[in-house]
Amino acid sequence: MERRKVLVEGIAKKVMLVAALCLIVPVLAIIAYIFYKASPVLGLDYLWGVPEGGGTGGGIWPPLIGTFFLVLVSLCICAPIGIMAGIYLNEYAPDNWFTRIINMAVTSLAGVPSIVHALFGVGAFVLTFGMGESLLAASCTIAVMTIPVLITSTREALSAVPMAFRQACWNMGATKWQTIRTIVLPNSISGILTGVILEVSRAAGETAPILFTGAAASIPFMADSLGDKLMPYFLGDKFMALSYHLKVVADKLNDVPEAMKYGTAAVLIGLIFILNSFSIVLRMYLRSRKKW
Amino acid sequence: MATKKTSFRGLGAKFLDGAEPLIRILIYASGWSAIIFVAAIFYFIFQEAWPILPRVNWGDFFFTNDWVPVPAEGNEATYGAKSMMYGTFAVTIFSMIIAVPLGLGAAIYISEFATGKVKETFKILIELLAAIPSIVWGFIGLVVLNPIIQSVFGVPVGVNLLNGSIVVAFMAVPLIVSISEDALRAVPDSYREAALALGASKWEIVYRVLFPAAKNGLLAACMLGVGRAVGETMAVLMATGNGMVIPENFANPAILLDKVRTLTATIVSELPDSVHGGDHYRMLFVIGIVLLIFSVVINVTSDIIVKGIKGDQKNA
Repeated sequence: MERRKVLVEGIAKKVMLVAALCLIVPVLAIIAYIFYKASPVLGLDYLWGVPEGGGTGGGIWPPLIGTFFLVLVSLCICAPIGIMAGIYLNEYAPDNWFTRIINMAVTSLAGVPSIVHALFGVGAFVLTFGMGESLLAASCTIAVMTIPVLITSTREALSAVPMAFRQACWNMGATKWQTIRTIVLPNSISGILTGVILEVSRAAGETAPILFTGAAASIPFMADSLGDKLMPYFLGDKFMALSYHLKVVADKLNDVPEAMKYGTAAVLIGLIFILNSFSIVLRMYLRSRKKW
Repeated sequence: MATKKTSFRGLGAKFLDGAEPLIRILIYASGWSAIIFVAAIFYFIFQEAWPILPRVNWGDFFFTNDWVPVPAEGNEATYGAKSMMYGTFAVTIFSMIIAVPLGLGAAIYISEFATGKVKETFKILIELLAAIPSIVWGFIGLVVLNPIIQSVFGVPVGVNLLNGSIVVAFMAVPLIVSISEDALRAVPDSYREAALALGASKWEIVYRVLFPAAKNGLLAACMLGVGRAVGETMAVLMATGNGMVIPENFANPAILLDKVRTLTATIVSELPDSVHGGDHYRMLFVIGIVLLIFSVVINVTSDIIVKGIKGDQKNA
């Protein structure tokens, strides 16, 4: 009887391990394969170059810098709102039905399909607010889409600060805002930063929401001066983005050399992994330093 | 991590303290913003779809196959979305057949069997898996899985239901793993200890104690996985072949090698060609409404399943 039990347990454990490995191993293999296929083009020339012949040659600088601006503008919009919303939910919100509805709204917002966010962006920012298809409209759409990431991680970071810290501060006569500003925020800033990095990584990879709100398959790119190269898009312009560029080279152009396609994918994956690893390292460092 | 910035006397600090009423207003406004955003999404999508809503023949929309937005001369446009509903349904079902066992298995392994470094490594890898963008999954489906499926099954085109389901399964799995793992961790250790004291093996603890105790959380994890699969856009667009086909015989496994088209893929591929303000354009927003309502229902229901009707946030 006992032996059967041990046997069953051993089999169960192996099956679970296989399930976990089935998720990880193929994906790592595919990503390694993508990087291997991309290796002929990966290099500074590729990152810094301008696409030639409709994406069949050259580099990916315009989409890369476009993604950078998209992320930057969307972060400027959603970081203040998201962080303050996190502060509200953890510090100010009373425990009642209204807060419950806010929490449900946050989870619902996180679960709304990206294409519905795209339709919202078209209806609200592009048409009603008259932004047209532009960097600003796309950034607003991305900001609304990624704000739950920031709200959730800010709330978690703040709730990790022990209540006793706040009580000690209140006992010194500090107001609620003084307590938040001087005690709660400095003690949770790395956690909030983790959320910001995750938002950036999410914003950099999204495609559907920017398709109809401002991303362009190809834009004539002036690369005469360094200034033009570093600051090619303004808020009202259409722009190129890495994620959309990947779609364009992957499926529209049959004559794109293979390495160019894999190169774009590799750069996007690399970017996302670097950002996420950064947030993971930050979190581990934070955990190791925690004194309470 | 003690802070040194506790001086209340600096000019900046004085200004920041003086601004407390203003900052409180900003914080309250931001706190309520999530509700405003959800309401705004409903409002603007309904606004675009509004003129056609009274004219939509819902029976045809849900139960007929003919999606002919741009008909031949003399014919009327018809909007029957059944084939896309089938596409979304099929991708969701097949991806969940792959994702749920793998996800639950991985969650159980990570939460109950793995320890120390192995556990940490798996958690980090799953997190990285979750970070891979949709468009990259689409690329993997189109460029990497496509030739594999072509050679394994000997079919001319490898972008089909099977390809899309595999891709969506891998996209939904990290969500299923992390939420199931939360649910398993929320089961008090005293349950495990009690079972151990009675002589249960670890596996017996999992399926006799943890499954019943965490069933709500596990159910919610699967529901959110379904929500993710239904809403997935770019990856399914690229990996399913995006062709409207409804098979005659659903029991035939060959349907896996047919192209399908989902609701989400329809919006992406047709919105650029539709005339702004025209019926076709508005019907795409109607599809958006269907997706939006579905996703909100899934999320609110799973929220209620996990936290109960009264909403015990502290345990969430």
